[in-house]
Amino acid sequence: MLSRNQISKILASLGIITWFLLVILDTLSIYRGSTNIFFGFSGLLPRAIFIVIFLFAFSFYRLEIGKGDISNINDLIWKVFVTGLIATIGSLITRYLLMIAQYKPALLNKILVHIIYDVNSGLLIIFLTSTYVVWKKLILYQKSKNLIRFWNSYEIMLLLSLALTFTDYHLFDTFFNLVLVVLLVFAIILSVNLKWVAYLNFKQKWKSILLIGLIILYLWYYFITITDFSNRFNPSINIADNVTILATFAFAFLYAAFSILVLLFNLPTSSVFEQKLEEVINFQKLSQTTNTKQDEEQIYEILLESSVSAVLASGAWLEIEQNGSFDKNVLYHRVSPGRKEKIELNIKDHFRDKQILPSPIKTIRKSQVTVDLKDEEFRSALILPLFVQGKQYGELCLLKDLPDGFNKEMIEIIRSFVNQASISIENYQLIQEAIENERYKEELEIAKRVQRSLLPELLEKNDDFEIIAFSKAAAEVGGDYYDTYRIDKNKIALIIGDVSGKGTSAAFHMSQMKGIFQSLSQMDLGVKDFMIMANKAISNCLDKKSLITASYYIIDFASKTITFSRAGHCPTLYYDKQGQLVKFFETNGLGFGILRNDKFNEYVDVYNLKYSSGDIIFLYTDGITEAKNKDGAEFGYERIAKHLEKYASKPLEEIKDRLVNKIYDFCGSQTPEDDFTLVLIKFI
Amino acid sequence: MIEISNKQEDDIFYIVVKGDVDASSSIHLDESINQATQNHKKILIDCRELEYISSAGLGVFMSYINELEDKNIRLIIYGLSEKVKHVFQILGLDQLLTIKSTEEEAKSLLDGI
Repeated sequence: MLSRNQISKILASLGIITWFLLVILDTLSIYRGSTNIFFGFSGLLPRAIFIVIFLFAFSFYRLEIGKGDISNINDLIWKVFVTGLIATIGSLITRYLLMIAQYKPALLNKILVHIIYDVNSGLLIIFLTSTYVVWKKLILYQKSKNLIRFWNSYEIMLLLSLALTFTDYHLFDTFFNLVLVVLLVFAIILSVNLKWVAYLNFKQKWKSILLIGLIILYLWYYFITITDFSNRFNPSINIADNVTILATFAFAFLYAAFSILVLLFNLPTSSVFEQKLEEVINFQKLSQTTNTKQDEEQIYEILLESSVSAVLASGAWLEIEQNGSFDKNVLYHRVSPGRKEKIELNIKDHFRDKQILPSPIKTIRKSQVTVDLKDEEFRSALILPLFVQGKQYGELCLLKDLPDGFNKEMIEIIRSFVNQASISIENYQLIQEAIENERYKEELEIAKRVQRSLLPELLEKNDDFEIIAFSKAAAEVGGDYYDTYRIDKNKIALIIGDVSGKGTSAAFHMSQMKGIFQSLSQMDLGVKDFMIMANKAISNCLDKKSLITASYYIIDFASKTITFSRAGHCPTLYYDKQGQLVKFFETNGLGFGILRNDKFNEYVDVYNLKYSSGDIIFLYTDGITEAKNKDGAEFGYERIAKHLEKYASKPLEEIKDRLVNKIYDFCGSQTPEDDFTLVLIKFI
Repeated sequence: MIEISNKQEDDIFYIVVKGDVDASSSIHLDESINQATQNHKKILIDCRELEYISSAGLGVFMSYINELEDKNIRLIIYGLSEKVKHVFQILGLDQLLTIKSTEEEAKSLLDGI
């Protein structure tokens, strides 16, 4: 397949070749005699050649310009202008030659004259077809289906009219005139499509007026020349007597004339159109800030700039509240802070005079206000409050140096700017919140994972006892912790703890506690020393307001004793099988981290007791006792005591399951507000 | 929800706490006590309408223990409900902070000094 370039080159070449053919034939015919019939062929041949030349030129320009990439209006008009210029210059050169040629011998003269005529015809065809194609592009600048259909019918008719070349109809013959008039009417109807004028700015309009004016000049020149030549030389093809040529001439001329008039009349209003265009662009800029990462400050700047240019304000300011603080962020445009205060007073006076809202400039007015000022520089003001998410966050004030300077359209456009800016800011704030939330959620996830990993997978056990543990984490990570450590063959250390607070810091304190438990338990210190050292160690880790409660147990299976201490933790519940009763260990003790010096040591109390087979230790955190039902009542200590009493003889698993279900039922949900943890130990 | 108010009677500064002290509202309690400790030597905390206190709230009280001793400030908490008092007791804070049942007891303790 041939490319467009190649095809157009071919067309051009063919056109030129055909034109040369015409010239040659013309010359030969004159040479052979002064008749129009030559070589046995009828006089139709030159006409046919003429039509072919026309069609070649037409197709060439159609391809070059019609389907081409040039869509800039001024460039298109420029192309026509240049073609016309070249054609006209060419024609003028031939005229000059004609003047000189009058001194040559007659025959040569005649040939030359005919050649010159053919040259002019050729140039005219080129000029007209190129103009036609460009005019088509302009007419179809804003297409509609109907318009295209209408145009196509016109074009077909125009091309068909070429057939009349074969006939002998002349201008002012009825049929000739009829065809011409029909084509003219179509041309007039099509020529009202001048929408492209609106898209030019002021400068471009002037340029177009100039160019089209010159194009009209060329057209007129050619018309004169061709009719003159046709009358003088009696050529083989009388171009001036050709329907198609005349119709195209008329079309080119009509459209040019319409364009110039419309351009001229649109000059005064072109500034309004440009302004509207700018408003749209500014609006886009404002709405685009939601996509980019521009911060609030830039949104305010764009808002102020756009508003000022939209109403041609001579001064303006934008006042923004800064998150409840007394500082106000103010953006100024050609107004000094001092001036602003003066103007604000001015406005306040205005309101007082008119007895409207005697409040300061920042009020709960939901709509805009226009004010006539008695200022030396500014005569009218437009004030608009700015709202984001229902809260007023600032005020925009535009000033003009003429009274009553804000018309309805201006106010509307400013309102839409303000609204768009508010939306942008709201979006920005929402995005920030969402990012914060995401970050927070991620933090929680990490904390949860940390917490889960700290609880032991396997608990130390023995043939001497059974142990079972259960921990349910709240939605927000808390700080429940339990762990075991085998000190030696006969001794196991046990801890249950609760870190104050929630979230990531609680989880991290928990891991510190685990580290301390695991390291100190290794040293087989005995309960008192463990408590003292643990308090010292964890106190260095905790922040000022955090504390950890814990209960620490060492179970000695050889001597069947439990030694323990309670550091502010919930009192342990104990089931005594022999006595068939449950009791809480009401022991003294201070939580870790409350006293971070040696004074803590005085508060450490260590207890001993001997256990017997079937006894149960129940360790738990306050998430159980403080679990609330929908009325706000707590699960409490009574309930767990009663529960243990009731099910003491059951296997540990069952005790645990029943209790957990009881808690869930009590709370009415399976997601507790606080972590709850329990550890059950039964001695065998 | 928390509601904290202050009043001054003679040379005693009162902080009245109503409602729940949880992680978020403990900040207000902290601010209150902090301001009080800057300027006063006798502080009474009225907890008659304190419904609940979380570990964060307890942490606030705890964090002032050293300061109270260093600056020789007398701070007495009174009017605790049984439930809330129990929380202080389990933690052992009742051994470090002065807790009384009624305003009269608290005041007479202050006057005695």
